[in-house]
Amino acid sequence: MSRPPVLEQPIAADPPPAASAPPRRSGLGGRIVREIVTGGTVAVTVLALVLALLVGAVVIAASDPAAAAAWRRVTSDPVRALGASWDAIADAYGALLRGALLEPASVSAAVDGGSIANVFGPISETLVAATPLILAGLSVTIAFRAGLFNIGGQGQAMLGAAAGAFVGFHWQLPAALHLTAALLAGVSAGAAWGLIPGFLKARTGAHEVITTIMLNYVAVGLVLYLLSKPIFLREGRTDPLSPEVAGSARLPQLAGETLRLHLGILVALAVAAAVLWLLRRTTIGFSLRIVSLNEDAARTAGVSVSRAWVLGMVLAGALAGLAGAVEILGTDYALVPSSAASLGFLGISVALLGRATVGGTVLASLLYGAFEAGGVRMQAATATPFDIVTVIQALTVLFVAAPQLVRAVFRLRARPIEAAAGRGW
Amino acid sequence: MKVELQGVTKRFGTLVANAGVDLTIEESEIHCLLGENGAGKSTLMNLLYGSLRLDGGRISIDGRPVEFESPRDAIAAGIGMVHQHFALVPTLTVAENVMLGFERVGRSGRLDRRAARRDVVEMAERYGLEADPDAVVGDLPIGLQQRVEIMKALKRDAQLLILDEPTAVLRPQESEQLFGILAALRESGRSIVFISHKLREVRKVADRVTILRRGHVVGTATPDATESELASLMVGKNVLLGVQKSRGRPGAVVLRADGLRVLAAGESESGAGATFEIREGEILSLAGVNGNGQTEVVEALMGLRRPQSGSVTLSGEDVTGVTTREILARGVAFVPEDRRRSGLVAELPVYENLVLDVFAGPPFAKGIRLQRKAIREHAARLMSEFDVRAPSMDVAAGTLSGGNQQKVLLARELSRPVRLLIVAEPTRGLDVAAAEFVQRRIVEARDAGAAVLVVTSDLDEAITLGDRLAVIYRGGIVDTVPPSTPRESLGVLMAGGDLSLPVA
Repeated sequence: MSRPPVLEQPIAADPPPAASAPPRRSGLGGRIVREIVTGGTVAVTVLALVLALLVGAVVIAASDPAAAAAWRRVTSDPVRALGASWDAIADAYGALLRGALLEPASVSAAVDGGSIANVFGPISETLVAATPLILAGLSVTIAFRAGLFNIGGQGQAMLGAAAGAFVGFHWQLPAALHLTAALLAGVSAGAAWGLIPGFLKARTGAHEVITTIMLNYVAVGLVLYLLSKPIFLREGRTDPLSPEVAGSARLPQLAGETLRLHLGILVALAVAAAVLWLLRRTTIGFSLRIVSLNEDAARTAGVSVSRAWVLGMVLAGALAGLAGAVEILGTDYALVPSSAASLGFLGISVALLGRATVGGTVLASLLYGAFEAGGVRMQAATATPFDIVTVIQALTVLFVAAPQLVRAVFRLRARPIEAAAGRGW
Repeated sequence: MKVELQGVTKRFGTLVANAGVDLTIEESEIHCLLGENGAGKSTLMNLLYGSLRLDGGRISIDGRPVEFESPRDAIAAGIGMVHQHFALVPTLTVAENVMLGFERVGRSGRLDRRAARRDVVEMAERYGLEADPDAVVGDLPIGLQQRVEIMKALKRDAQLLILDEPTAVLRPQESEQLFGILAALRESGRSIVFISHKLREVRKVADRVTILRRGHVVGTATPDATESELASLMVGKNVLLGVQKSRGRPGAVVLRADGLRVLAAGESESGAGATFEIREGEILSLAGVNGNGQTEVVEALMGLRRPQSGSVTLSGEDVTGVTTREILARGVAFVPEDRRRSGLVAELPVYENLVLDVFAGPPFAKGIRLQRKAIREHAARLMSEFDVRAPSMDVAAGTLSGGNQQKVLLARELSRPVRLLIVAEPTRGLDVAAAEFVQRRIVEARDAGAAVLVVTSDLDEAITLGDRLAVIYRGGIVDTVPPSTPRESLGVLMAGGDLSLPVA
């Protein structure tokens, strides 16, 4: 610890007197109003989403051919321009919603004797999309709770996918054992990929943001390399596509053949509960939290900061690796160079949106899963490209990261404590 | 420019940092502000520089009362300040740093670098502030960087220059050069306020000296006052309401530090190192002005820093270089000097802070599972025993007052069997009641048989608590004396003097 000789330290100040609390209103409604008015973090997150949807709406309207044509004649027929825009937006978002939650047509069809399973199609797709996101998000969250930034989710997930796929297509084991082994392979691969930056940070102080990003590139290369070796390829073919994962290693479907919903969602939720328990109720979680909040106090209290860092990165890597494995064993069933490639950054997005809490991450993953599922539907039903979904997802993260902007747009007061801290600079 | 401070008062919560201070700085004068740690020197100057707002009294310049909302107003009024930590951009050159914010602009609006360079050369000639205008600041030694800071202040037409502990970062030759520069500045009509606690320098460079103690002006002096006169003004003659304590009954040696040499970053050597020992049932006060190596020695004892050489022995066992966790496990308790930074985790609730160094084993954990109930019961007991005032045990520790935070730390450390208690600056920033409580608990720990090391820059405290006093200077123990030693002698020891020599 380097410190210039301290010759006069500022006298410890007493904390400023608490600012007067805003007037209380009773009940849940009152609490919601208070949250919104005082610009609490939940309110800011939700409003960030709203703002992102608004901007997305503008983009949709602007890129819709019919609306664009109507706007060219806006001076002569403004109502039509607005109407056309509204139609474009409503169609797109409507399709998004139907793809993510429920298609009313399927309900009436079921009532008329059609398939009941189809009704749950959208929800199933949402959950399927959310499953790996939950795990990838938890990876970033747990690292954050140890004071670390895990940007290596991409590499960790890809290698987890590769390991899981390999065990899945190359080994033969009875069903439950096979699946477990494949998932564990994914966990181990990810954990190993997290150990490297963790160890480097503990030994040399190398910043994990740099090392994990670099290792992402290495992982991409590694997977490409693996997919050029015959053992990873299909019989008699040279294209980079692995053999199909054996049925005994796949995550079993939960709701019949037609729906893609698989065991992964339960695994993800169970893991979320485990992470919550680890952080809140164990000595390990406590050490991680102490290190993330105050390294000096941690050291003085005898907590090993380096060990916390290594452990944090290993756990983060393991979770991301599991995310990759779940993606392969739950939906893809085969490894390609792009397997699990987007999980890393989506994981960061949902962790940010969820404010690096376990509960928040799960909710944010469900939301992003809804976007993914709905976006596919939206692209199929309207002319709106899937990229709008990516834009909205990205904008949400941007607005969450810039709460001042959101507050300014919605004219929220900053919380009293923050206002007091802002003064006197 | 004549600056007068009249009745200046500044409070932080219940703590009065400056109490009715009267200070006059004449034109063409080097005025030294002398005092121990926590005396209120920096606070006073920050008030003058506009970084802090007055709670009482007023400041006048040339007879006109002034009010500063921010340093910008002070700078506009002709007051400049060079802080201990410089505000320079390391990648820019000297000339660029000097003109930062007050850029020389040519006709077309472009930066006039040549004019900026000329300014630097001019200042060098006039005041002896030799510096190469094209040198990159980040490459310069600290002494030269300080000159750049002074030039910045001069560039903004500072008529009064405040220097906060300027020689803290300088080597002896650089200090000499600085004094030459200050003399030249004085000749040009400027006034200088030189904050320091180093008696020798103050006598060398000051025209007048004002001594602060615990927020009050306790005297003014001229440089022909002796070092011991200044020292006694600095440390005061009146006895503080100290705790009553009986004679200790020292037993076996618990801690022995032998030739412990610990380097702070940037130092190249630290002298002979510290040698001292502490017995059971005894309090050793390690007294000295802050910055003489106490922090580093304590860190070495606690395994937070590797000593360069020397050894630490705990009840006969060599523990040099052992990890902090192991030291704690051997019955050592530690209350660090910076409670907010190294003692508590401000964001965590009080009850979690109370088990920060013991949570990993029974009864607070079974395997890796935390035993919440045990932790909370423990916290409730400690909070009542140590009278920690807080709305509940669940509030963030950072919201507690200084005194209560210190109680939390003490409670945590004293809640387990203690062989050696190390407390650094136990009552810094505490009001009288909390200070008394803390001192009492320290004595109680001694009476229960612990060896206690109290590290403090407050001489009164060192005398009140210590069964013996070891004075530390530049990383070495100057002498170990009984607390009945006269204060003047102690002051001299703390300034590195030798009691066997005739007093200067």
